[in-house]
Amino acid sequence: MALDSKVPKGPIKDKWTEYKNHINLVNPANKRHIDVIVVGTGLAGGSAAATLAELGYNVKAFCYQDSPRRAHSIAAQGGINAAKNYQGDGDSTYRLFYDTVKGGDYRSREANVYRLAEVSANIIDQCVAQGVPFARDYGGLLDNRSFGGVLVSRTFYAKGQTGQQLLLGAYSAMNRQIARGKIQMYNRHEMLDVVKVDGKARGIIARNLITGEIERHSAHAVVIASGGYGNVYFLSTNAMGSNATAAWKIHKKGAYFANPCYTQIHPTCIPRSGDYQSKLTLMSESLRNDGRIWVPKNMEDVLAIREGRKKPTDLSEDERDYYLERRYPAFGNLVPRDVASRAAKERCDAGYGVNATGEAVYLDFASAIERYGKEQARIQNIENPSAQKIYDLGKAIVEAKYGNLFQMYEKIVDEDPYKTPMMIYPATHYTMGGVWVDYNLMTTVDGLYCIGEANFSDHGANRLGASALMQGLADGYFVLPYTIGDYLANDIRTGAIPTDTKEFDEAEKGVKDMIDFFINNKGQHSVDYYHKKLGKIMWDKCGMSRNEQGLKEAMAEIKALREDFWKNVKVPGSANEMNPELEKAARVADFLELGELFAKDALNRNESCGGHFREESVELDGEQKGEAKRNDKDYAYVAAWEYKGEPADAVLHKEELEFNDIELKQRSYK
Amino acid sequence: MNLTLKIWRQKDSNAKGQMVDYKVTDISEHMSFLEMMDVLNEQLIASGEEPVAFDHDCREGICGMCSMYINGEAHGPDRGVTTCQLHMRMFNDGDTITIEPFRAAAFPVIKDLVVDRTSFDRIQHAGGYISVNTSGNTQDANNIPISKHAADEAMDAATCIGCGACVATCKNSSAMLFVGAKVSQYALLPQGQVEAADRVRNMVAQMDLEGFGNCTNTGACEIECPKGISLENIARMNRELMKAQF
Ligand SMILES: Cc1cc2nc3c(=O)[nH]c(=O)nc-3n(C[C@H](O)[C@H](O)[C@H](O)COP(=O)(O)OP(=O)(O)OC[C@H]3O[C@@H](n4cnc5c(N)ncnc54)[C@H](O)[C@@H]3O)c2cc1C
Ligand code: SF4
Ligand code: FES
Repeated sequence: MALDSKVPKGPIKDKWTEYKNHINLVNPANKRHIDVIVVGTGLAGGSAAATLAELGYNVKAFCYQDSPRRAHSIAAQGGINAAKNYQGDGDSTYRLFYDTVKGGDYRSREANVYRLAEVSANIIDQCVAQGVPFARDYGGLLDNRSFGGVLVSRTFYAKGQTGQQLLLGAYSAMNRQIARGKIQMYNRHEMLDVVKVDGKARGIIARNLITGEIERHSAHAVVIASGGYGNVYFLSTNAMGSNATAAWKIHKKGAYFANPCYTQIHPTCIPRSGDYQSKLTLMSESLRNDGRIWVPKNMEDVLAIREGRKKPTDLSEDERDYYLERRYPAFGNLVPRDVASRAAKERCDAGYGVNATGEAVYLDFASAIERYGKEQARIQNIENPSAQKIYDLGKAIVEAKYGNLFQMYEKIVDEDPYKTPMMIYPATHYTMGGVWVDYNLMTTVDGLYCIGEANFSDHGANRLGASALMQGLADGYFVLPYTIGDYLANDIRTGAIPTDTKEFDEAEKGVKDMIDFFINNKGQHSVDYYHKKLGKIMWDKCGMSRNEQGLKEAMAEIKALREDFWKNVKVPGSANEMNPELEKAARVADFLELGELFAKDALNRNESCGGHFREESVELDGEQKGEAKRNDKDYAYVAAWEYKGEPADAVLHKEELEFNDIELKQRSYK
Repeated sequence: MNLTLKIWRQKDSNAKGQMVDYKVTDISEHMSFLEMMDVLNEQLIASGEEPVAFDHDCREGICGMCSMYINGEAHGPDRGVTTCQLHMRMFNDGDTITIEPFRAAAFPVIKDLVVDRTSFDRIQHAGGYISVNTSGNTQDANNIPISKHAADEAMDAATCIGCGACVATCKNSSAMLFVGAKVSQYALLPQGQVEAADRVRNMVAQMDLEGFGNCTNTGACEIECPKGISLENIARMNRELMKAQF
């Protein structure tokens, strides 16, 4: 099947408006006869469910947690972008569009990104109307901060809990519809397969995680909003339950999976402390606005610090290597995430890591505390302030900005980051790859949609900070509710979809067989044993830098691990009860397939772009020597994979990317 | 360090539960409490026993999913943290730790340490929202300035993670801190004014219906709340309720 992105004709700035003017609508009376399933209640799924219900559709929403309010969007800290230009610093729809395409290293679809930038401003209006308590300045207007990789302040935030507040906003909108009976909420339910009837998505099979019951749910369309697959690395900043199952199951039923190798390894996470580590904690990128990143210049100091003979604060300015400021004078500590992460890895690989594992660099707030302290002294007319006074005044400002993050750090690491620099190291954080969708956010299966982090659409090979929340809400509040109507307009006379059909029988049988296998296998190794092994292969061979040999090894090793899993995995308990190990087993089974496709995709893409760094593709000389080298001639396409049984046999379909409104340039943050 | 754990085991909501003793060894002080529980569970799986079911997801103190009652305190001995943020450095070698589910009539046990907190959701369905359509056809976000002070206070109330520690801690199993936080968030913002009276009436009515107790001002909830939600929110809710009754 040829990929058709269905991008409307016309100038980019008119496409969305024109499109909306000409699509089919479903009249309100008919919407009452149409059911839509939404899997996931994060920013994307929550906002979509609320909006679809408000428009009049009957929505059934699913999440695996005990409440929609706990979706992993809750953990987003830093903020959400919108082209409001409230700061008057020259921001505009075009600039946000441009930054996102450039930040994504020219591997995203122009028309989708433009639409995202276009609806971004409206998200803020919507959220404020819902009672989202964004940060404000003393004049009572909304405050902004700037985020890595851009030159304007367009990020709206609610302390360090922006995702939480936005999600609670979407959750409140859902609550209103749940109260009206327009959303039927299924908490503690996990979707384990999609059901297709006559080629169209018409329902799902879900497991009730309390009773273990396998349930059939039908609808006229199915929307997947199940988040990203970062947990394929075992350790990531994702929640423990974050999984690829919904996305992977639809892939196996015909939805192409795009650019799986595009993952974001976030530069500012708390380093790993031991083998028992179960997850990694992000320190918001906003910290890079005020923190300076460094390692010692001299190896003696590195060793002295590791052995506890010296403290980082003992080192003078010229004994420190502020390597981002050194290598990228124009952007300094605010280079995009992929660049910052690789630079940290480069220093640590060279032996300059500052903790026992050798995998940590410093993020230092001393300069910021001093700068803010002096500024405050001036504002408050304090003459000749003492060093302590300056510190106290500065600390108060830093505390107001990042207090909760500093507290979080201290609780985990047991060190006071106001006194000694934080230690950070990159960790898997976000997956730009995902289910392929067209302009309508429909997958390659009719009536099957995919939104939020689960799809591949807007961030290309690298996502800019504060853009995922924007995309999730744009998809859910403002895009999908329109585009899905165009499809559902053909279903007004279909009537309810029955679940006592052979398609549902078959899908249910597949799910039950899998569960029976796990329960009866009685193997030797726990699910985590496999997940950790998979994570190690992914991190070592499909991590921040990749090469042909490593990727080939990864494919073989993952395949072998998967075969072993299906022979020797051990799942305690039974099928008809709450069984967290069984839940994990089903998720890891899918990661074990996705991981291999990931490596295959990375192997296919013999260029460095965004988060995907191929050691074979670097600049050989000039100012950019050693930096990532993109190859537009051969790889300016979306790699969409079709499932054919084994991940290694997946078939590649290319969506060529056309850039009419932005000139392709090599990224430079020098 | 080596520890003895006394853990509540209960097969399902109908079963009778009991405390069971377990031993774990070589626990690092840098582990989080839940990582210690992971070690225990791996041990149980290896020896063919059923692992302990417990709720958790984000493991960074924001989703509100984790919910253990540890040594007689919701989320354990540390202050301002959830169970997933509790670290083993708070304990000593040789300690015995008792681990129970959150207990309240409105939070029935589902299995082991997992409880059903959907009563919280139902309170939110009753009024935890502003009735604005999600189409985005609203006024510009900066049309109504909101004083920084009010916005910050609303934000402080809005940081409640819905964990239920306040209920588990309260001798009356009152949900006033949780409900007060939501009522306050909206009461402090101009957008929340239009429906203020109905909101507080309906949410409080649902709270009573779910079987949560009354507040007798012991203040224990505020101490155990991982997000530092202040008792002022309860006072504000009571004021709002008074206003709503006239
Ligand atoms: C620590 C952290 C900080 C971040 N900070 C920022 C930031 O500051 N700014 C920004 O823009 N982005 C940030 N991001 C990224 C952003 O938060 C996510 O990309 C975004 O929230 C994803 O939203 P979502 O709705 O697509 O998925 P999620 O919020 O992950 O929701 C997934 C939903 O799917 C459900 N689900 C999954 N699988 C199944 C299944 N099989 N059956 C049923 N239900 C299922 C879950 O229950 C959940 O409801 C951050 C991410 C992390 C991890
Ligand atoms: S008020 Fe505090 S203790 Fe109660 S649910 Fe909210 S965060 Fe938890
Ligand atoms: S697991 Fe999310 S708050 Fe503890």
